[in-house]
Amino acid sequence: MDNAKKYLKIFVDVLEVAEDKVLNLNYRDVPAWDSVGHMTLIAEIESEFDVMLDTEEIIDFNSFEKGKEILSNNYGVEF
Amino acid sequence: MLIDLIDPYSLKKEEKMQWLSKILKELTEHHYNNCIEYKKILDAFDISLNDINNYTDIPFLPVRLFKEFKLASVADDNLIKTLTSSGTTSSQVSKIYLDRITSGLQTKVLIKIVSDFIGKSRFPMIILDTSAVIKDRKMFSARGAGIIGFSIFAREKIFAFDENMQLDIEGLRNFLQKYSGQTILLFGFTFMIWQYFYKEIVKADIDLSNGILIHGGGWKKLIDTAVNPEIFKQSLKTACGISRIHDYYGMVEQTGTIYVECEYGHMHASVFSDVCIRRAKDFSIANIGERGLIEVVSSLPYSYPGHILLTEDEGIIFGEDDCPCGRYGKYFKIFGRINNAEIRGCSDTYE
Repeated sequence: MDNAKKYLKIFVDVLEVAEDKVLNLNYRDVPAWDSVGHMTLIAEIESEFDVMLDTEEIIDFNSFEKGKEILSNNYGVEF
Repeated sequence: MLIDLIDPYSLKKEEKMQWLSKILKELTEHHYNNCIEYKKILDAFDISLNDINNYTDIPFLPVRLFKEFKLASVADDNLIKTLTSSGTTSSQVSKIYLDRITSGLQTKVLIKIVSDFIGKSRFPMIILDTSAVIKDRKMFSARGAGIIGFSIFAREKIFAFDENMQLDIEGLRNFLQKYSGQTILLFGFTFMIWQYFYKEIVKADIDLSNGILIHGGGWKKLIDTAVNPEIFKQSLKTACGISRIHDYYGMVEQTGTIYVECEYGHMHASVFSDVCIRRAKDFSIANIGERGLIEVVSSLPYSYPGHILLTEDEGIIFGEDDCPCGRYGKYFKIFGRINNAEIRGCSDTYE
């Protein structure tokens, strides 16, 4: 599975949202993406891509797109 | 409301007064225009916003008002969660209504402040509490909110207690072995740590000399036990070797802008909030070194008019901008709840 698919699958699994809704998803758009859900999401992403975000990156991570940007710019994950 | 997330201890007295007064004036105007109860209060004081120079000119609300009234300054549709004090000592609890803006700011500022003491990286973390406190995700007690807020500093976290408040010694040992040699962050509430963690850890052979403990929630439940901050620190150090211990002062009514104890044992006000001491007899502002009631102001409360509050706690300010730890801003000490104040439920109870 390529990185984009892996990344998408984490959102679908953790937040239980349909694939077509994930692409434009922002923090708090769905009840499952609250502060607790956010930390679960981060944990899954970190283990899948073997990275560790710092606290400010976790806060900046406020949308599906922004998360990709952080992973590719700061950790060299290619999408 | 946008606040520059500047370094939390970087402004000296005059600069800080200007910066904070400007934000607090804007907040006062926002609450005046959007919270009818707040407007009535301000009108009763006959205050005009134009007359306000410093934040100390703006009337304070007593914290207990948040128990008696629903006070919010944004439409109900915009509210995303409610924080409560746990209220075991009284039937009424404070209710704090949060929107996205306020809730987001609380997290960001909490991180800014705590990072100044422990850095930006994340640690293996032990929560000295039970996971049972964060079950309901929409309605948090102060204890649950504290745990969730601080969890951002965790790369992996465990709860030290099971749902029956039994210490999971085996789980602790395994976790410490996995992260052997690394800095471990511990977080919990002062009362819980003393009543539940200390008495177990003192019997167990567990080494936490790599630990940093952050704890808060106050000492009032511990008054009968003769423990004070010095004994607390010394006892924990003797029991498990932990020497980096930071107490913090904060309240559910101003979540995010906590006051953290530095290496010299002083609580510090960041640029995002402040304390001033008022004399109980006439509420005038006390001098440095004079004991009195603590007023807390915070630049974060946007969804509810809790930016300027008079607490029922007593404290004393030691100085401003000249703590030996190098942080600018006021540094102070808390004595706890004043006599005859309403007994108030707080975050440090085990239900």
